[in-house]
Amino acid sequence: MVRFFNALGAPLLSFIQYLGELVMLATDTFRSIFTHKLRWKLFLNQVVEVGLLSQLVVIITGAFTGAVFSAQTFFQFNKLGMGSAVGAVVSVSLCRELAPVLTALMVAGRVGAAMSAEIGTMKVTEQIDALRALAVYPVDYLVVPRALAMMISMPLLVAECIAVGIAAGYLVAIFMLDINGTYYMANMVRWTRSRDIIMGLSKAFCFGILIVFISCQKGLTTHEGAVGVGRATTEAVVNASLAVLICNFFLTMMFNIIYPAGYQ
Amino acid sequence: MIEAPPSPNVLTQPHLVSDNSSPMIAVRSLRKKIGQQEILRGVDLKISSGETLAIIGRSGGGKSVLLKHMVGLMEPDGGKIWIQGQNIIGMNERQLGAIRQKVGILFQGGALFDSMTVEDNIAFPLREAGERDPKILRSKVAEMLEVMEMEGEEEKMPESLSGGMKKRVGLARAIIRRPLCVLYDEPTAGLDPVVADSINRLIRRLQQRFGMTSVVVTHDMKSAFDVADRIAYLHEGQIYFTGTANQLQQSTDPLIQDFLLGRSDGRGD
Repeated sequence: MVRFFNALGAPLLSFIQYLGELVMLATDTFRSIFTHKLRWKLFLNQVVEVGLLSQLVVIITGAFTGAVFSAQTFFQFNKLGMGSAVGAVVSVSLCRELAPVLTALMVAGRVGAAMSAEIGTMKVTEQIDALRALAVYPVDYLVVPRALAMMISMPLLVAECIAVGIAAGYLVAIFMLDINGTYYMANMVRWTRSRDIIMGLSKAFCFGILIVFISCQKGLTTHEGAVGVGRATTEAVVNASLAVLICNFFLTMMFNIIYPAGYQ
Repeated sequence: MIEAPPSPNVLTQPHLVSDNSSPMIAVRSLRKKIGQQEILRGVDLKISSGETLAIIGRSGGGKSVLLKHMVGLMEPDGGKIWIQGQNIIGMNERQLGAIRQKVGILFQGGALFDSMTVEDNIAFPLREAGERDPKILRSKVAEMLEVMEMEGEEEKMPESLSGGMKKRVGLARAIIRRPLCVLYDEPTAGLDPVVADSINRLIRRLQQRFGMTSVVVTHDMKSAFDVADRIAYLHEGQIYFTGTANQLQQSTDPLIQDFLLGRSDGRGD
């Protein structure tokens, strides 16, 4: 038993230390956002990098998720004569779960990996030391623009994913599954509430924060050259994806208390 | 917390040269362990304003580690460092900002920002200090490139520069805001003798033109003799010797003789 706890000790301590580093980085970043001048050029570059250049990925993710979800829901609901309820199910599911989670996973893979690799490369080539030596605090210069860009871009990307998913689901339902468009729309509008959209966008904001801090922390603590950069990038994507999935459960439970599903 | 700098007699080791002027940098009992290896075991050193000190020693002996401590890039396990009388140990990153404006550093590989052109790299410290006028920025960058004998290279990216050019650009970036002191980490490492000589001349010229204090970490003895007013020999984590180039060459100490002659007889392996 003692041996078991001894074996558990080191990984547990290192996990707690990792969480501590994440919290410290987040605290430092938020303090810097409110107390230091924003580098607008870097921030706008990151908005382009995180938001604009993720368009294609998010549109394809949203479109095919909406399309396949519409079809699968129809195949089940049609047996019960509830084909026209497909629109409501697709819409609410996209708003509350699918769009935030899938967009976050795609962004973690595309943007989180890039952030971690870029900052990690800067770390191992002494560029971060050079920033510090030039009296520039790396968190101000590297993390703040990325964090702000992520906080703004993620809700917009998720909103886009929801819209595209609903549109794709509608097209599949109307043109491929022969569902009555009027009933489809009426049910969708009736059952999709503003709280569903708020929940999706709030989740997007939280996921954006998770991805940016996990990725930047991995980059800032990279060591051991090219191998280290590769390892940091992989760990950033894996950790961010796991964090999104785990936090999604707790956020769902929490938001369900604030905005109960199906409540009229 | 600001502490008084050590008076000259605090540094009691006989090999330390002391003078009465206020030191630009003073290091006392600096200790650093990385992993299980004790890199610095109580370094004592004093660098006067305006002088050029070369720190020599074997590869992996802790010279670069010592240099990074002097600008607060590494935290020691023990000891103190004063920059112009201000103890930098225990300062946080933001407090160190003011110190780092007084002390520039040239990294071994240049550490240029690889997403920026030469011009943007050199202008970076000025932009960060709030200078926005493109005319002023361009003229200051051009002046620096002229000092570095690199006119017309503004638009090049770091990846297209040779090792020597990278070091020159790194140096231009380090000194564009006219720091009081410049730290050079192996400025001639990996360069051919002609380029290495041009870097040595550059270090001398900068000292003469701007009166900067210089600390040059090197294991290139020619470079040390060319640029240094004083040479410190770091051995097994401590300053084993300090003195002029002449004093070093005339030393009969076997360790110093072995190092100067590049003799490996297994001692210290």
